[in-house]
Amino acid sequence: MLLANWWDLRTLANPVDSLLGWLRDHFPDWVAYIVSGVIGATAIGLFLGVAMLLLIWAERRIVARIQIRQGPNRVGPAGLLQPIADALKLMQKEALTPREADSWLFWLAPLLLFIPPVLTLGVVPWGERMSVADLNVGLLFIVAIGSVIPLVIFSAGWSSSNKYSTLGAMRSMALVISYELPAVIALLSVVLLMGSMQLGEIVRWQQDHWVFGMFLLPVPFAVYTISALAEVGRSRADVVEAESELGSGYLTEYSGMKWGLFYAVELANALIFGGLIATFFWGGWWLYGLDNFIPTWLIFLVKMLLGYWIFVWARGTLPRLRIDQLLQFSWKFLIPLSLLFALLVAAEVVIWEESGVSDLVAVPVMIVANLAATVVLVVGVVRLLGFRRVQQPRRATLTSEIGIINRAVARPAPSAPFDVREPGVAE
Amino acid sequence: MEVGLEHYLGLSAMLFGIGLWIALAKRNAIIILMGIEIMLSAVNLMFLAFSRFGRSETPIAGHIFVIFILTVAAAEASVALALAVTVYRNRGTVDIDRIDLLKS
Amino acid sequence: MDRDLGVALGFWGLGALAVVAAFGIILTQNLLHAVLLLILSFVAMAGLYLTLSADFVAVAQVLIYAGAVGVLIIFAIMLTPTSSRINADTVFFGPGLILGGLVAVVMGYVAFKTPWDTVEGGGFDSTVAAIGDGLTNRWALPFEIASVLLIAAMIGAIVLVRADVPGQVLHPEGGVADEPAMEIAEPRVEGDRALVTSGRTDA
Repeated sequence: MLLANWWDLRTLANPVDSLLGWLRDHFPDWVAYIVSGVIGATAIGLFLGVAMLLLIWAERRIVARIQIRQGPNRVGPAGLLQPIADALKLMQKEALTPREADSWLFWLAPLLLFIPPVLTLGVVPWGERMSVADLNVGLLFIVAIGSVIPLVIFSAGWSSSNKYSTLGAMRSMALVISYELPAVIALLSVVLLMGSMQLGEIVRWQQDHWVFGMFLLPVPFAVYTISALAEVGRSRADVVEAESELGSGYLTEYSGMKWGLFYAVELANALIFGGLIATFFWGGWWLYGLDNFIPTWLIFLVKMLLGYWIFVWARGTLPRLRIDQLLQFSWKFLIPLSLLFALLVAAEVVIWEESGVSDLVAVPVMIVANLAATVVLVVGVVRLLGFRRVQQPRRATLTSEIGIINRAVARPAPSAPFDVREPGVAE
Repeated sequence: MEVGLEHYLGLSAMLFGIGLWIALAKRNAIIILMGIEIMLSAVNLMFLAFSRFGRSETPIAGHIFVIFILTVAAAEASVALALAVTVYRNRGTVDIDRIDLLKS
Repeated sequence: MDRDLGVALGFWGLGALAVVAAFGIILTQNLLHAVLLLILSFVAMAGLYLTLSADFVAVAQVLIYAGAVGVLIIFAIMLTPTSSRINADTVFFGPGLILGGLVAVVMGYVAFKTPWDTVEGGGFDSTVAAIGDGLTNRWALPFEIASVLLIAAMIGAIVLVRADVPGQVLHPEGGVADEPAMEIAEPRVEGDRALVTSGRTDA
């Protein structure tokens, strides 16, 4: 009854549409409305729950293999029951609340942190015609949700009434805010090119023009990935959780299942940013015609997991940066770079519309032009900021000769620290 | 029940009154700023209600005016908070009952 | 029918939430609770904008007010630590209530008694397209002036908050231990040598 043909499963909208159509025929309108909402909410909830369980295991195994060790392999076959063991352990832990903590906020913050991932998953197109709510301003919606996260982090840190928590929360807020800007400007380039803020429209544009967003917009792709890394709080930007520095930052006072919620939400955020990168830059559920044979939601899941894998890869391999290094990188490098590229994309779009060349000519030209512009812009901005390639010293010299910024005392540097004279030879 | 223009305007008026009360009744300069922001938000609601229900040849003007109000409110909030922090540095407090003399 | 029911539910529920949150700002004893209630009120008002089919403005309200102005206020409260964190009232608590109540009652009376010339079914296919068209065609000049205003405000705020004296110490949280969290280091040039002081005012 639900599926006319077996290949209708390529998009789950088909069985849902036939179910809703049957409901509309037999019941008043509002029943179908409520049922569609319930289906969407249940699907997102189920997906998040299952995904978090699996991802805990997957991330620990992958990071372990990168670090040349085995991950959890004791609990269950190949450690697959490890997440359940973790959850059981966390649930039976004593949930401490500090005496001076603001108990309302302390309890509320982990729950509030759960809301942004769920809302974001509502707008993302999971497959063809498969968004829970394909908003006209979907992209701005995602940005707005991302801008509320610092507030929840702050309330988590401050309600712990612990100076280190508050400090960690302020640092984390500064980090997330600083990296929102390059992300938004990168998405501005995407919107300029694809002409709509509706995520379903963005995927359809990539389908109509037979190109992935990544090929046309290399700089926004790189900038958005780096900003997503920092916003989620992953290495190389995990100053928030830098256990050696701040003792777990704003999470210090959370124990038991509340900490488990924070951890799970971090994983969910990483997964969702992977899904967003897949939507904007990797074509979403569309894959060069293969989506006629493979179910579109499967393609999207694979791309989302690929994006998530990039985050895990970064976590396992890259070292941690200091907070001021991160902030400087964002404000001084990423923002001018993405702004200049947005200007370039705007100029290209205007030229494309005014001249009226066909897509077949314009798209390859734009790919090549944007690639060249990427190289020029990156090299240009780097040079503008004053970074030069450090010449390897050919002989031992004082550090003041290589030119580090903070000089204790500036002296005319000697040409060599040691006299390279033959011993015994007179001056 | 039908929610019409009057209801939105009434709600906007109530929020404006509450914002005015906050701006008058509180000592901390930052809370006064919060009252002002609530007043501006209430006015936004009124503009959008008129844009939706009112007869006009450019109904989008309401939305555009609201965007400008958002912009100006953000700019004003940043300058006001910078002023508050500067006053705090010079006087040690942002309590308006204690910084009401020109000479410190 | 169900659309009107949804709008009515949204209006009454979100309106009540916004009003209660705004009342909470006055009545709460804790400054930071007041900020969080303010943000709740902003989000409730964004929901009210959504019931008016103003999707772009609603999302912009969350982004700008809740996301940016809220964070600004929190940072400002954190930068004024020794000022009282108790939400104290001035002597105008009662008169302010009377005045605010009078303003609300008068405006509400005008709102309910005026025969408004309303249009049913107002709305746009795409508010984003209409707003973009308006901002670049008819209202382009105010748009540009708004951008100049934003730059002026940003530069003004930065100049105001910047330390005047090199070596002035900025505390992000007054309760942190006595060593300064951030220092301004200015080079003092003596002759042809550049010395970088550590920025302590007692140097």
